[in-house]
Amino acid sequence: MMTCAALLIVIGMAVSSAAAVEVQRPRGVPLSKRQFYEENKPFTCLDGSRTIPFDRVNDDYCDCRDGSDEPGTAACPNGSFHCTNAGFRPTFIPSSRINDGICDCCDTTDEYNSGAKCENTCKELGQKEHEVLQKMAEITKEGFLLKQQLIQEAKNRQQEKQSKLTELQNNKKELEEKVEALRTVKETAEQPEKEAKELHLKAWEEQKAIIRAEKDKAKMAEAFLELDDDADGFVAVAELQTHAELDTDADGTVSETEAQGLLGGVDHVDTASFEKVWDNIKDKYVSESQPVEPAPVDTPPEESNKLADNDSEQYPSDDDVQEEEEEDEEEDDYPEEDFDKAPPTVKTPPKKDEDEEAMPPYDDETRVLIDAAQKARDNFEESERALRDVDDQMKNIEKEISFDFGPDSEFSYLYSQCYELTTSEYIYKLCPFNRVSQKPKYGGSETNLGTWGTWAGPEDNKYLLMKYEHGTGCWQGPNRSTTVKLTCGKETTVMSTSEPSRCEYLMEFTTPAVCQEPEAVISSLHGHDEF
Amino acid sequence: MGLLLGLCISLLLGGSWAVDRGNFKTCDQSAFCKRQRALKPGQSPYRALLDTLELSDSRLTLQLINDNNKVHLLLELYRLQGNITRVKINELKPLKPRYEVPDVLVGDQPTEPLSVLSQDDNGVVLSLGAESQRLIVSARPFRLDIMEGPEVLLSLNSRVSAPVSPVFTLFCHLFSLFPLMHQSCHLYLCQQAEDGGKDKEEDGLWEETFKTHTDSKPNGPTSISLDFSLPGVEHVYGIPEHADNLKLKTTDGGEPYRLYNLDVFQYELYNPMALYGAVPVMLAHNAQRTMGIFWLNAAETWVDISSNTTVFGKMLDFVQGSSETPQTDVRWISESGIIDVFIMLGPKPSDVFSQYASLTGTQSFPPLAGLGYHQCRWNYNDQDDVKAVDQGFDQHDIPYDFIWLDIEHTDGKRYFTWDPEKFPQPKEMLHGIKDKRRKMVAIVDPHIKVDSGYKIHSEIRARDLYVKNKDGGDYEGWCWPGNSGYPDFTNPEMRAWWASMFAYDKYEGSMENLYTWNDMNEPSVFNGPEVTMYKDAMHGKWEHRDVHNLYGLYVHMATTDGLIQRSGGTERPFVLTRAFFAGSQRYGAVWTGDNAAEWDHLKISIPMCLSLGLVGISLCGADVGGFFKSPSAELLVRWYQTGAYQPFFRAHAHLDTPRREPWLFGPENTALIRDAIRQRYTLLPYWYQQFYQAHKTGQPVMRPLWVEYPKDTATFTIDDEFLIGQDLLVHPVTEEGARGVTAYLPGQGEVWYDVHTFQKHNGAQNLYIPVTMSSIPVFQRGGSIVPRKVRVRRSSDCMENDPYTLYVALSPQRVAVGELYIDDGHTFNFQTKKEFIHRSLTFANNALASRNLFPESNFSTDSWIEKVLILGPSSRQSECWVFLTTSVEFEFEASMSVLTLRKPGMNAGADWTVVLQ
Repeated sequence: MMTCAALLIVIGMAVSSAAAVEVQRPRGVPLSKRQFYEENKPFTCLDGSRTIPFDRVNDDYCDCRDGSDEPGTAACPNGSFHCTNAGFRPTFIPSSRINDGICDCCDTTDEYNSGAKCENTCKELGQKEHEVLQKMAEITKEGFLLKQQLIQEAKNRQQEKQSKLTELQNNKKELEEKVEALRTVKETAEQPEKEAKELHLKAWEEQKAIIRAEKDKAKMAEAFLELDDDADGFVAVAELQTHAELDTDADGTVSETEAQGLLGGVDHVDTASFEKVWDNIKDKYVSESQPVEPAPVDTPPEESNKLADNDSEQYPSDDDVQEEEEEDEEEDDYPEEDFDKAPPTVKTPPKKDEDEEAMPPYDDETRVLIDAAQKARDNFEESERALRDVDDQMKNIEKEISFDFGPDSEFSYLYSQCYELTTSEYIYKLCPFNRVSQKPKYGGSETNLGTWGTWAGPEDNKYLLMKYEHGTGCWQGPNRSTTVKLTCGKETTVMSTSEPSRCEYLMEFTTPAVCQEPEAVISSLHGHDEF
Repeated sequence: MGLLLGLCISLLLGGSWAVDRGNFKTCDQSAFCKRQRALKPGQSPYRALLDTLELSDSRLTLQLINDNNKVHLLLELYRLQGNITRVKINELKPLKPRYEVPDVLVGDQPTEPLSVLSQDDNGVVLSLGAESQRLIVSARPFRLDIMEGPEVLLSLNSRVSAPVSPVFTLFCHLFSLFPLMHQSCHLYLCQQAEDGGKDKEEDGLWEETFKTHTDSKPNGPTSISLDFSLPGVEHVYGIPEHADNLKLKTTDGGEPYRLYNLDVFQYELYNPMALYGAVPVMLAHNAQRTMGIFWLNAAETWVDISSNTTVFGKMLDFVQGSSETPQTDVRWISESGIIDVFIMLGPKPSDVFSQYASLTGTQSFPPLAGLGYHQCRWNYNDQDDVKAVDQGFDQHDIPYDFIWLDIEHTDGKRYFTWDPEKFPQPKEMLHGIKDKRRKMVAIVDPHIKVDSGYKIHSEIRARDLYVKNKDGGDYEGWCWPGNSGYPDFTNPEMRAWWASMFAYDKYEGSMENLYTWNDMNEPSVFNGPEVTMYKDAMHGKWEHRDVHNLYGLYVHMATTDGLIQRSGGTERPFVLTRAFFAGSQRYGAVWTGDNAAEWDHLKISIPMCLSLGLVGISLCGADVGGFFKSPSAELLVRWYQTGAYQPFFRAHAHLDTPRREPWLFGPENTALIRDAIRQRYTLLPYWYQQFYQAHKTGQPVMRPLWVEYPKDTATFTIDDEFLIGQDLLVHPVTEEGARGVTAYLPGQGEVWYDVHTFQKHNGAQNLYIPVTMSSIPVFQRGGSIVPRKVRVRRSSDCMENDPYTLYVALSPQRVAVGELYIDDGHTFNFQTKKEFIHRSLTFANNALASRNLFPESNFSTDSWIEKVLILGPSSRQSECWVFLTTSVEFEFEASMSVLTLRKPGMNAGADWTVVLQ
């Protein structure tokens, strides 16, 4: 954009120097409009609205609605004044800047009656601009060469990616087949494994049942002896009644009828008949020799705290930190705090039948089968992983290929790169096509200033602006976003950052990728110039 | 600005945009207000001891006694020049002196003789000079009546419902003064017990807690109150600052209007909560008379208003001769100090303004640039940003005079400094602005960062000029810089030192086009009770309680003095303040604080500035666009259109809002905003003349319609339109999506001209005006001449020598009058050397003439008269025009009847006459 404007000036200069011979015309009229201001002939406003005597042109009173009768005075609110600015570029200024005491035209012609002391700076400005232009032209030239390289590289890279993609696609096919094959192997190996394991388990279950039955019998005998208080070889109603836990109607005592009921309608039973009775009462029965088993109870909180205290003596600093954290939480979130303060519920471990042993190890045969199956599984999983890996790689390449890297992919070199700029307070990081972030120079966490959104330049060249959106939210404000302005340069650098509006960042970024072909710029401008 | 960090957090949780009312007291939460409000009329224990009456030429003294506690009070009465009565009541022998507000009244108040007309056991009747006004002192209970007319004597023993209406009367009756009871708490409590017949101890007498803050009240209860009855009055105005309608509402069943300068985060509209400033002046108006009450007290004050008329019917009864006169009753309640009331008796609105001006002074005459457009934002980030914005105005051909820098320009919120990274070359920046003949304002707040490396702080500490807390140490509170000290601006030594800090060699980086803005001077203290200072903090021997509402005025005063002194007393200052008090008009501009980008906030800007104008503060504005939140393009355009016709015209925005310079809303809106700002600049000669008048006479610049049409009851409640001076009527569009507005054009038999189309409308009608986005309905009064400068340039300074265009709007009688005031626009030479031009312009008998109003003045101008527009002549008249011996060309536009004189060319300072033949 800069280039366009600058080149326009050069041509403008040529025009004005060609017209070095001063042509008489009313003050403030450009050469191109001279023919409308013919001395001593009535002047018709340029909008045609009215005709006035020529002595009313520039007579410091506005007669024409379009302001055209006062090109050289401030009388018309909508007029404009033409500065020739010999040596620099001619320009129009609003009439209101004529004789306002401020030097606007470098040739000083706008301040002819204000007492403002203006110096003619056109020559210097022209020179300066010429230098700037030259420098720009150089940069553009070199930048454009670099751009060609970039385009070439991008092409190569693209080809690489494409071939890599093809390769991966082939790989993928192979891998998919492999996965399927290994799946079959795995399933084949798992079948005998499963059967052997089940067999083993079943044998173990049976053995366990036998052990349990024996144990029950022993317990029954023990109970019979306990219940048979008078050792007459019978358990009688009265003897049952001493065991209140056997109460069936929940009145706390075992009545005679209840006891009888338990005994199967008789007054007493012998060892053999007790088997049936035992089935009815064994779940409730409490052995006399054992104290009542306490119900599983939570560990009292004091105890756990004491434990914590003991610990904390060893690590006092840790404990302090913890306390502070707790206080913080108190301010932030009450429910959580309450939850924290609740005593830790330590449950007693489920009671294990000590007699029950662990399952015996698999026999050698089974173990061989298991090992074989495991190996098949491992192989299968490995192949699946490899497939996923290839998928990921393909996805990444496809994603990369899907980005709009410019008409000739000249921006593709920026992909997966990051560029930093350090200011007095922050380190800014631009990772093109990914995200922009900001990190305090002296510690602190990174803030997301936006993730890649879209190209956002003007219609004729959208590749001059990048938009990064949906960054970290601002208090009462929008989510942070960044506009990256790209200008032609030899280097790829972040030149500056600013925050013109709260949470809306602007980053200036130079890259050869936006450098225009110098000749093309000139020829494209020629059309504009011929007026 | 005034974002409160503490409140932000609650806002986040609440998720609401409204003020957090819980942070501010209600009357019930303010012990003295609750107590005083509970007193019922007719319970007054006070009695005048007539045998103690002493009358010197101009001063009457009389002792009063509270029959409950036998405390003696001293009443002083003065008759002041210009129809003002002053009533002072203090304890006769206080244990500790009460605070009497200094520095608010200007000069000595010249008095006029009082004389006793009659006296008996029941009271005394005094003559108040001419106009047959009488002041009646009734003894038991004590009461004062001011009456006018021959019937007055009849009302000596009358009650509130005097049968002599509708002559104007005013009663001051029930009042209450809780005496200072320094060591005799016991006695006081006994009195209370007798008083209300209640034995229980009242809360909040000796200590009071609000939220987590405890007020220690070492002097115990010291509050005062006084009732006023205003028979015949249904409309009262004033007592700003409140975000409420122009006409004050009755407070029965609700909260009283509160006057206590507070930094209210995201204030709510249409309620009586206290805001940033307080002017304890109320105006009472009816079709016959306007009067004012000035309650000179700087402590926390509440004002209760009640009325015997309901919404419907009563006024009608009154007109039809019903026995009951409509009446408004007002109770003023203050926490400490004395009763010191000025009753300004009018009778015309303009008389009340003059009377009030004679007490507290007039509006300072701002530099012309101060009336231009101000571009502000929290914050312009750095020098480049300032430059870019400045250029933006030129690129879009929009004029402006001032660009503003908020707190971020400083080095860590240390005022009088610049951020070394963002503003490393302030003078270079200021020169860049000066080159465009523009100016800058930088903020200087009164809270001072406690930092031994900060010169301002260490010097104030070394001089021991900080406000002290109750234990005698320096008071410290939390504000923008973190921990901050608060200079004791009530101390003249502090003010003098502060003023000296504005010297060019003291305030580094400053130069003559840098001006000042005082924010947060309520004072705002983020961690203080109600976001301000503890009441038991000490300013010398006085408690903060006594001086609170004065603090902001003193900050403003000291800063203004600084700007005057730095130029050796030649240049007029420009200082904006957020907090204010009676008299603040003498020091500069005021704005309505941290409003929001909402349509209702746009609407309320009109009554808020009108109310301020009524009590002397004319240079008032609201943040254009709204401070908080982000305006739609439509709201922003409408706000520019409204602001362009309000006295202080500044756009401002919160740090967290998107940028909103005028050109950021598309070319169409840019054009609309440009047009609004340009309309402002074309009218600068008129605005300047209005401020000259305000400075000379105390008349408000922005006026409610009733001020100019006091007999027209239709105008009494209008606050969506207003007058600038007497000649321009503005009804800005303040409704979203408006297709039209209905403006009331006042004045039976008068005419008004649409200033854009020149269409003529009759007065005393409601006129529907269709509007588009470009419409700003403005009318010029028939009979007036308004000078304009139609060549709008980059800044007001650039327009200095430009010619004038006169808009001569003829009355139905084909006459018009106006004025033209010109001076250098920025110095005191208009005052000290009479360097000004002040001319009267009259159109009568087909001649337009300019005459010198002050022959002794001397000033010359390059400006001339380029055009005269005569609105409303008949075509018959415009046959031929001659200027002295030179003929002047003219054009007549018949459809709207506008005669345009082309380039008459007289110098604006010369005597001249243009004659129609």
